[in-house]
Amino acid sequence: MAGVRVLVGTRKGAFVITGDEHRQRWEVSGPHFGGWEVYHVNGSPVRPNRIYASSSTAWFGQTIQRSDDGGKTWTPVGNEFAYEGATGTHQWYDGTPHPWEFARVWHLEPSLSDPETVYAGVEDAALFRSRDGGDSWQELAGLRTHASAPSWQPGAGGLCLHTILLHPTDPNRIIVAISAAGAFRSDDGGTSWRPINQGLVSDQIPDPTAEVGHCVHRIAMHPSRPDVLFMQKHWDVMRSDDAGESWQEVSGNLPSDFGFPIEVHPHEPDTIYVIPITSDSEHYPPDGKLRVYRSRTGGNEWEALTRGLPQENCYLNVLRDAMAMDTLSPGGVYFGTSGGDVYASANDGDTWSAIVRNLPPVLSIEVQTLP
Amino acid sequence: MIRVALPTHLRKMANTPHEVRLDVEPPVTQRSVLDALEATYPILRGTIRDHATRERRPYVRFFACQEDLSHTSPDDPLPEPIATGTEPFIVLGAMSGG
Repeated sequence: MAGVRVLVGTRKGAFVITGDEHRQRWEVSGPHFGGWEVYHVNGSPVRPNRIYASSSTAWFGQTIQRSDDGGKTWTPVGNEFAYEGATGTHQWYDGTPHPWEFARVWHLEPSLSDPETVYAGVEDAALFRSRDGGDSWQELAGLRTHASAPSWQPGAGGLCLHTILLHPTDPNRIIVAISAAGAFRSDDGGTSWRPINQGLVSDQIPDPTAEVGHCVHRIAMHPSRPDVLFMQKHWDVMRSDDAGESWQEVSGNLPSDFGFPIEVHPHEPDTIYVIPITSDSEHYPPDGKLRVYRSRTGGNEWEALTRGLPQENCYLNVLRDAMAMDTLSPGGVYFGTSGGDVYASANDGDTWSAIVRNLPPVLSIEVQTLP
Repeated sequence: MIRVALPTHLRKMANTPHEVRLDVEPPVTQRSVLDALEATYPILRGTIRDHATRERRPYVRFFACQEDLSHTSPDDPLPEPIATGTEPFIVLGAMSGG
């Protein structure tokens, strides 16, 4: 049956929400791994019933769960994320050197071609890969051992690698983003890396245009135009038309250019979505109004999407991995909030409704479009 | 036969009963009990002790015979009632956090 499957990671477990082809009827299953913090749940594009989940607790550490039946049943797989060789140090919050310590997996990115291959972005920042369905993990150590790594500093959420973009046709090109080091690109399958932060300006670091040190919150890419990247930075929404070689600000008329997620429409590569949030420390929507902003011009010109979203007394947050789109037409947009609600739009964002409320705080959303 | 009581999260994940029973060659110590536990249930590796250092994770506690043995040497012999299976060796999450 055609439809969509929304994979929700929350502070206290994972939920799988199944919707019909009209995106009107929804069934919620979960919590899976109740009590575990589920930072991310993501399915294989080539075998959609193969789903990976990252679950962790402060007590029992990191586990990885794998499903082969679309999230009905799960099996714990490998959870050893061992840094390759000498771990070295990065800067701590007080500026002192701090040894690299594994904390958790923030993001899982299954391969575009092989259901057994999956990438994991972890805290403290590093990229791992499994080629056996998550049973074992090997670090792609060239990133963590980049010459700039000793200067990387954690963002408020930790020194996390949270974004992994796989090129749709060139398996050698991988783009990642780290808070608060910035964006990096590999053109040799993850062996070597270089920063791609030219054009980013961050007044919170001593040299606002430094090569590294930028707090990139999220990067999005449309598969038909992989050299065009859209970035939500700590402040500023940015765009690159040359695979990250240079960036230009496209914040335009946003009420706040701070935010976490950014998404590209599945059929309109110049249509992008952000959710403005106030900062530095408030981290709730401006004016108590939950508004998704859409640009149909690849940035700069933004319109507020409000129909069906709370427009008063709304003081929640939407985290960097908590927005996603399906590939139906018109496009379906989904996001989850720190208040535990998951909102969906089946018409490109024009109107919204909550498909489930009162879950634990939502950490991540992914959407699978089912045949 | 050594009895080991596991916390709910690990029991569910490893699909075990509340207590597991293990054959452990003497001397019966934290290390030998946990080695036997992880050999029987490999998926528990890394959840009670750190993968690399093999040290107890900070928010995991070990109780036995109404005593907290979390800070004793992993190579100290465990109390006789644990070694004889009269009492369980209890692994639990520290009472903290949300």
